[in-house]
Amino acid sequence: MQLTNRAKKTDKSELSLFEKSYLPSIATGLGITIKHFFQAKQTIEYPEQKRYLGPVFRGHHILKRDEEGRERCTACGLCAVACPAEAISMVAQERVKGEERLYREEKYAAVYEINMLRCIFCGLCEEACPKQAVYLRHDTFVPVFTDRSDVIYGKDQLVEDMTHRYQRDAWTKEDAMKLWK
Amino acid sequence: MGSFIQWLTESMFLWKALIVLIIFAITLAIAMYSTWGERKVAAYIQDRRGPNRAGWGGLLQPLADAGKMFFKEDFIPAKADKWLFILGPCISIFTALMSSAVVPFGNSFIIGGKEIFVQAIEINIGILYVFGVVSLGVYGVMIGGWASNNKFSLLGAVRAASQNISYELAMGMSIIAILMMSGTLSVREIVLQQHGGNWNIFYQPLGFLIFTVCAFAECNRTPFDLPECETELVGGYHTEYSSMKLGFYLFAEYINMFASSAVTACLFFGGYNYPGMDFVERQLIVGLGANAGHNVATLIGIGSMFTKILFGIFFFMWVRWTVPRFRYDQLMNLGWKGLIPLAVANLVITAVAILSGYKLIGIWVGLALMFVLISIVWSFRPKKKNAIMGA
Repeated sequence: MQLTNRAKKTDKSELSLFEKSYLPSIATGLGITIKHFFQAKQTIEYPEQKRYLGPVFRGHHILKRDEEGRERCTACGLCAVACPAEAISMVAQERVKGEERLYREEKYAAVYEINMLRCIFCGLCEEACPKQAVYLRHDTFVPVFTDRSDVIYGKDQLVEDMTHRYQRDAWTKEDAMKLWK
Repeated sequence: MGSFIQWLTESMFLWKALIVLIIFAITLAIAMYSTWGERKVAAYIQDRRGPNRAGWGGLLQPLADAGKMFFKEDFIPAKADKWLFILGPCISIFTALMSSAVVPFGNSFIIGGKEIFVQAIEINIGILYVFGVVSLGVYGVMIGGWASNNKFSLLGAVRAASQNISYELAMGMSIIAILMMSGTLSVREIVLQQHGGNWNIFYQPLGFLIFTVCAFAECNRTPFDLPECETELVGGYHTEYSSMKLGFYLFAEYINMFASSAVTACLFFGGYNYPGMDFVERQLIVGLGANAGHNVATLIGIGSMFTKILFGIFFFMWVRWTVPRFRYDQLMNLGWKGLIPLAVANLVITAVAILSGYKLIGIWVGLALMFVLISIVWSFRPKKKNAIMGA
């Protein structure tokens, strides 16, 4: 039964004397390899050159603040439940009087830790969050660790800096290239 | 004491020692950077970039590799024959380093009225010396493979030995044709006879082809790298080796590549000769005076020699990353049934051509006649029935 027209009948005829010396095929092969030798290389040399990753890339985590600079996270724990790698852990605390300018909800995360060795950057925490608090940035990688004590990221590394707010922009390739430099 | 120093400066001893040292250093440096070159050529042929982190363009990579080799554990298996195990790589690298001693890398320098050849030793049996030393090299592989007390190593060593012996025959025959033409065994004499562009390759195209194929086999390079065939023999004869002993084996391979490129350049591509060399030397002598002009011309000749050698090494690598490995029976068939009869035929054709007095035309006509004859005989061969599918 013939399914496609792509089948090619191979030439099974006996080799001629010239072909049997293998020299013509070796010469053809040398021609092909030397062509590749002089071809432009496709390699992106990573630390110096960076590839366009798109606005939907999932990189470094961030705990967002709202427009007034209050932390959005209410320590509901849904992200920790959603996390398939069990990388997230947190300690909740009740907001006391006078802290209204720091935390938006009446409960907040006193400790919020992500184990970056466990994290698989699937983005399920981002989807689970009811307060739009946790995001995975599209413009920053989690850097290389050289020590085990660097692995667990606390709130000091995760909470958004109000002077450099994170926006998921760069929806065109040119914008993103600027971001990654 | 004074007379001793006078003897030292007047005799050739110091100059020879200097030249030996320089050739030694250059051999090692070229072998070292061949490892870098091999990785670069492999990468470029495979559309990659190759090592480029250590130094500019990865130029410090060989040093990093050597450092790695030195700091690895130097392991000797408990059941191995310890002294032979150590001796193996020593012989390999020793013979590899010796083989370039008779190669003339350049003409001569005239210093203080003395003519100094750019060559470690000038002996009148140069080619024999090269062959002797190269065939000693197989002992390194044999002893290493045997002393490892490991079946894979032993198989690799056996393969290396039989391969080298088989291909040495054809190699020797292809060179005899050259020797008949030049009438001497001295490498310097052979090079001198190829003055200008009068290279042996034009007289011995078939001899060159046979010699190149055999050189690949003698250096254990792909497509004839069966002694260290990873898919069948783990690492072949150096399976059990680690640290700098392994380094010596690998290094010997690159030095052999350098040496055989040098010998090929001398025998077939005119060594340090290049077209228009007389004109260049005359101009230099007019411009710089007799001695200085001659010396500068020699330097240019050395440059031409090394260009040929480096291209030879590149060709070795180019073929390695193009042609897949032969099967063992194919290797033996090619050696015994292909190359040796061709080499003998080439010998006869060359002899007839020399006797007839028309060397160049005679050889080409003879070769053409031979191929016509072979194809006529070929066309009358009994036809085999194709078992798989009709053509």
